[in-house]
Amino acid sequence: MENKKSERSGKVLFTKYTRGESINKAVSMKRDDILLEIKESKLRGRGGAGFPTSTKWMLTAAARSEDKYVVCNADEGEPGTFKDRVLLLEYPELVFDGMVIAGYVIGAKEGIVYLRGEYEYMLFPLLDYIQGMRDDNLLGKNICGKEGFDFEISIRLGNGAYVCGEETALIESLEGHRGEARNRPPFPVTTGFMGKPTVVNNVETLACVAKIVEKGGEWFKQHGTDKSTGSKLFSISGDCKKPGVYELPWGTTINELLKIVEAENTKAVQVGGASGVCLNKTQFDRQLAYEDAATGGSIIIFNENRNMLHVLKNFMEFFVEESCGQCTPCRIGNTKLLEGVRMIESGNFTFAYINQLKELGKTMQVASKCGLGQSSPNPFISILDNFKDEILNKGNGGTNGR
Amino acid sequence: MLLVEKNAMTEEIEALVEQFGKQRSSLLKILHEIQKKHRHIPDFAQQEIARLLDIHPVEVYSVISFYAFLNTEPKGRNIVRVCQSITCDLQGKQAVCNAIEREIGCKFGETSKDKKFHLEFANCLGLCDISPAMAVNEKVYTNLTPEKAVQILNQVK
Ligand SMILES: Cc1cc2nc3c(=O)[nH]c(=O)nc-3n(C[C@H](O)[C@H](O)[C@H](O)COP(=O)(O)O)c2cc1C
Ligand code: SF4
Ligand code: FES
Repeated sequence: MENKKSERSGKVLFTKYTRGESINKAVSMKRDDILLEIKESKLRGRGGAGFPTSTKWMLTAAARSEDKYVVCNADEGEPGTFKDRVLLLEYPELVFDGMVIAGYVIGAKEGIVYLRGEYEYMLFPLLDYIQGMRDDNLLGKNICGKEGFDFEISIRLGNGAYVCGEETALIESLEGHRGEARNRPPFPVTTGFMGKPTVVNNVETLACVAKIVEKGGEWFKQHGTDKSTGSKLFSISGDCKKPGVYELPWGTTINELLKIVEAENTKAVQVGGASGVCLNKTQFDRQLAYEDAATGGSIIIFNENRNMLHVLKNFMEFFVEESCGQCTPCRIGNTKLLEGVRMIESGNFTFAYINQLKELGKTMQVASKCGLGQSSPNPFISILDNFKDEILNKGNGGTNGR
Repeated sequence: MLLVEKNAMTEEIEALVEQFGKQRSSLLKILHEIQKKHRHIPDFAQQEIARLLDIHPVEVYSVISFYAFLNTEPKGRNIVRVCQSITCDLQGKQAVCNAIEREIGCKFGETSKDKKFHLEFANCLGLCDISPAMAVNEKVYTNLTPEKAVQILNQVK
């Protein structure tokens, strides 16, 4: 895979950084001061849910336990998402420095990277990289000369299950079980890996931490919007001339983004991967930010020639396959929604039944046990609402406008 | 399985338990190694892993059945996974699959007669910007065309 680091540019992450810089700075600071700096930055988790990072870390730092863990969530499996791949391959210094800082702040001695099995080709380069950190005393004992600060990082490979990106399913998997989400509470901050306090953070979140410690929370906050600070890495794919990973300020509108990647005749934009929502032309002035169109960074572009029912079917097949099957709303619900899509495809549907399925989707959003079932109805509802004419009216049953 | 094969398998698992530690959290690491080497996890291996980790064999089977990359029956020597998720689909994954099926002589979901290849679909491989994409064992290939995909498979041993 091509390394495009030299071509990348950005304001926060895709900037100059020397390995170890912020670890060196961190160990000269008090733990509480680092927490305050992160609080000041208003950093929110980049894995999708957007939970404030400082709150998560404070809870784990406050938990009493001999053993604590830092987990880097590199299970990146949401269709249309590949930014963590780029960070791990081209900017490991930010990600791993962020992990070490997390260990320092919460008082953990062990960090684990949960790397999706599909990224196994990165394993040896990353292990080499970690060895280099050990050689430079950025890992191991008394890191950077800080008496008593010991931290090690290991890498665990996933085995091809999307749901293992969900933090409690991930922990189950680390412990050697099926990747089935746990009931919460208790949350991983108090009861995580091996029942010990655990911070689980996305790759990009940890990378942000390294920059915040280097340059300060105030600096970080200058980028983005009031509620969505810093920048965001967007994974952009689909119908455009320049797909790839872009660092853009939060608050960028979809129209602006389409221009940057040279997309033409765009009909639809899926924001947030398969479990996100699909927007039509009338919504392209919306901002990508927690306060408007929130996203873990996946943007999939569809042009005028695409069949949106086909797109929806692809998404629903994904969820039927990836549901862990533990709870009924998700296991049965996704099957029913997919069945509905097939009915529309064959022209064998009633509006009354489709509306019932949308209601079922809303029930799934509240009744499912984890984020998979809570968000899998999003494309179903948004595509049928936003592309109603194409799918349900023009199609006239059977032909679907083709 | 022949007795010598069984003994070799037991030794292999003992070594892995030694390496990763005799605890439940080692289970997936051990399964991963066995899968990688043998391209499946035979019944006998499941029993031995259960015995050496002191858990029930059903537990081992239950974990294997959960994960897409682990299987209990031999597939082929090389596992080909073509991404079927949306971006690869838009970029022409179907033509790539058709070409592979024609050339290898079996359908997706099947193993070729000579057991050299097993074809299956994968969900998003995280390579959407350089799609269509596929993985052959641990290696990934991007920007596929039907011709390129076939050439890649022809070079696999
Ligand atoms: C089905 C599902 C899959 C997920 N996959 C990922 C993932 O691949 N990477 C990730 O960082 N978070 C993923 N998450 C979110 C995690 O549960 C968790 O919120 C996140 O790792 C927390 O890190 P952050 O606060 O830094 O974002 C997923 C959630 C769900 C429900
Ligand atoms: S919502 Fe779906 S994936 Fe999550 S626990 Fe329930 S069945 Fe499993
Ligand atoms: S959709 Fe195929 S790699 Fe992402």
